Amino acid sequence: MYSAANQIYIFLHDKLAGHGVPESAIIIASYAIPCAIVLGIISGIAGMLTYLERKISADIQNRVGPNRVGPFGLLQFPVDGIKLLLKEDIIPDAVDKKLFKLAPYLVFTSTVLASMVIPFGGSFIVADLNIGLIFIIVVSSLLVVGFLMSGWASNNKWALLGGIRSAAQIISYEIPTALSLLTIILITGTFSMQEIVMAQGPWPWQWFIFHNPFTFITFFIFFISSLAEMNRTPFDFPEAESELVSGYNVEYSGMRFALFFAAEFSSIFITASLATAVFLGGGNIGMHPYESGLGWQLLMVGVFFAKAVPLCLVTIWVRWTLPRLRIDQMMSMCWKYFIPISFVCLVMTAVWMLALGGDGMLWRMAQR
Amino acid sequence: MSKYSTQEMVLNMGPHHPSTHGVLRFILQTDGEMMVKATPDIGFLHRGIEKIAERVPWQAFMPYTDRIDYLASLNCNLGYALAVERLAGISVPEKAEYLRVIGAELTRIGSHFIGAGAMLLDLGAVTPFVHALRERETFNDLIEMLCGARLTHNYVRIGGVSQDLPAGFKEKCLGFVDHLEYEFLDEFNDMISYNTILINRLANVGVISAEEAEDYTLTGPNLRGSGVAFDLRRDDSYSIYDRFDFDVPVGSGKFGVLGDSYDRYWVRIEEIVQSCRVIRQALKQMPESGEVRTKLPKLFTVPAGEIYVRTEAPRGELGYYIISDGGKNPFRVKIRTGSFSAMTIIEHLSQGVMVADLVAIIGSLDVVAPEIDR
Amino acid sequence: MTVQQTDIIKAIKDRLGAAAQSVEEMKNNDIMVVVEKDSLVQAMHTLKTGEGLRFTTLMNQLGADYRDSLAVIYNLYSPTLRQKVTVKAFLDREQPEVHSLENLFRGINWYERETYDMLGIRFAGHNNLKRLLLPEDWSGFPLRKDYVYPESYGGIETGRTDLLDNPISAGKSHV
Repeated sequence: MYSAANQIYIFLHDKLAGHGVPESAIIIASYAIPCAIVLGIISGIAGMLTYLERKISADIQNRVGPNRVGPFGLLQFPVDGIKLLLKEDIIPDAVDKKLFKLAPYLVFTSTVLASMVIPFGGSFIVADLNIGLIFIIVVSSLLVVGFLMSGWASNNKWALLGGIRSAAQIISYEIPTALSLLTIILITGTFSMQEIVMAQGPWPWQWFIFHNPFTFITFFIFFISSLAEMNRTPFDFPEAESELVSGYNVEYSGMRFALFFAAEFSSIFITASLATAVFLGGGNIGMHPYESGLGWQLLMVGVFFAKAVPLCLVTIWVRWTLPRLRIDQMMSMCWKYFIPISFVCLVMTAVWMLALGGDGMLWRMAQR
Repeated sequence: MSKYSTQEMVLNMGPHHPSTHGVLRFILQTDGEMMVKATPDIGFLHRGIEKIAERVPWQAFMPYTDRIDYLASLNCNLGYALAVERLAGISVPEKAEYLRVIGAELTRIGSHFIGAGAMLLDLGAVTPFVHALRERETFNDLIEMLCGARLTHNYVRIGGVSQDLPAGFKEKCLGFVDHLEYEFLDEFNDMISYNTILINRLANVGVISAEEAEDYTLTGPNLRGSGVAFDLRRDDSYSIYDRFDFDVPVGSGKFGVLGDSYDRYWVRIEEIVQSCRVIRQALKQMPESGEVRTKLPKLFTVPAGEIYVRTEAPRGELGYYIISDGGKNPFRVKIRTGSFSAMTIIEHLSQGVMVADLVAIIGSLDVVAPEIDR
Repeated sequence: MTVQQTDIIKAIKDRLGAAAQSVEEMKNNDIMVVVEKDSLVQAMHTLKTGEGLRFTTLMNQLGADYRDSLAVIYNLYSPTLRQKVTVKAFLDREQPEVHSLENLFRGINWYERETYDMLGIRFAGHNNLKRLLLPEDWSGFPLRKDYVYPESYGGIETGRTDLLDNPISAGKSHV
């Protein structure tokens, strides 16, 4: 199993073992370095997405958006981050202090943990686990615990309502998400993210989204269900500003609030990356990821981002266009429509694989 | 006694609340997501306008009427001026009548933008609200040209209006009205009014039958949304409204049941179109020159008597019951507003709906706190 | 006064009989009916449901302080006759009480609460006669002519002082 941590361990071991650096330090460093890099990248992208959200929403609403802090307002998000860091850390008296402090970390961790297995193109993947896809699905369930914790610990009825609604929503929509991803497993036969990317090809008709009509439907089910997982409009009922005054994070201020916020925006990017890797052949340009030269690998990273970023923009676009659904409409849509449709797609993909072998529909056409 | 039991939750919604309905407070008794009852608690914006009326002269009370519904000030001014003029037998010049009608219909358009927009904001559609506010900016500019103020207009005087049209107003107004009716509203409706999610949120929610609407003294778009075709401008005509040709939009169960929230919202959107028609006709028929104000002494007296005059304000019927004892100040002024009666029905409608629906219902009834509390 | 209005006045006089103290024309297409406070409910019932009368729409309800007595005033409208009618009943200043009309017009609930709040007129049979606009613990009824502004509320002084620190009485109008 390839992993960047492994590579770094080998590199550091060669360089430093002879000089008396203890083995444990090398092991820790070889794990810490790629994690820190990815954390930095994801946080940076999340910050960039907050800026993009403000600019895009301004454009949709015929306004200007941030344009004073730095050129075109680009420095807005670091400045906002610094401001939140410097804010007074208010912990209300009546909250459950341990849970209150723990909840944001749990939420942020669960979202960023999924980025450990995202194949950013080429050999830039922290750890290519052979259970990669399942790992992502599992780890994103920690989100529920975090939200429930924050809702309960805030000692505030509105926060509690928000937390409960959020938990119900996320748990329900995990099922269509997982089912859609499992549909792809039928085609590839492996959970490893890098192999899923390699099983696709550089051309659009070789992507899994066009493999058969059912994976096409599955892509949209996956995308919409992950909007619900992220609590984005039209599913942002738990944090409906005008109804619940921001739901489960109403009592949080300063950096703790920033962590919730960053978790939401990182999950936008991680969902988009997941969709790219699994459905859109992210980063695959027909060359071997581990043995190509650095230039080709950087090209693969570029292709990956070129596919993931438009999906982020679509997420932002949808938020500012649609009103929000009511909680019972949301639940009925999940249980009465999405889950049956995903099951049908799963079964029909299996039938397709059985009947027509493993090739995609358009790839066959392209071959003629 | 069962070991498990559920307990009702008592929640407090407001007075600080991110909806633009003003300072309203609701005490919600909910059983999880379904509501048992919502009790409104009003009075946060009570300024004692009716008491103030007894202490200021007749003409000086006009700015106070602005603040009865500051989103539609001109209509509130108009009602008071009509009541005093009819009680005292003061005549109004022709041009002033036309200016009053133009101002009142423009204010109706501006007020409906906020009314419909605020409801959409509550339902999570932020963009249409911002678009509606952008159009309202043009309305603010027009009214500023007319009377110098953007929000509390104080344009109508007893015996006319305060000043004449400035140059360039007619063209700008016609341009605004054409832009609204032929460009903006089509785009707006495509974006949000026909949106499936909005229809699912509003249709079959908060259904008020025509009977209930009359029983609870609902007026204006709330009453018309339930199918009752009663518009004061046509059926109990005042000022010069009988010279104009306009339709009265009535709810018809467009996407759900007759009298649901979507009908009330749709009636407001259609009323914008009708107001555009009236403004065009008024601008064409208005005399080019003429007095805009009957000369009156600053502190005039009104002969003793009582009168009740009602006008069609954007949020319902705005009625002034004025008692005069022949003095320099009014003896008693009672202001009857449309939002006050709309609030009385919320407690009744809120039984057995979800919290999210309550927000939709309040938004579709278009209540504003200053009208309720005065 | 139109012929139709004369007919309606005659019809009201006939139907209400002794209950109505006076039925007269009023400005703006209106008819003023003054009734005894004890026959108010009966009169309103007749006006609302009577044949040929049908004043089914309640437009407004208010109270007023006429210095020597209080009064409660109702504005009704008949969509079929297109006619307004105002019903007034004078009440004793010391103990102003009248029966609630909630059974006839459900929406009158809050109007009566406001009249109680502002003028102290009690409505018998009202299901929730509490203050509506003013805080629960407010003392006094503001719209009465002999109302004295409280010196302080909840520990906060309500008076103002001029530049020389002389108190300005809240009761004086400065016009």
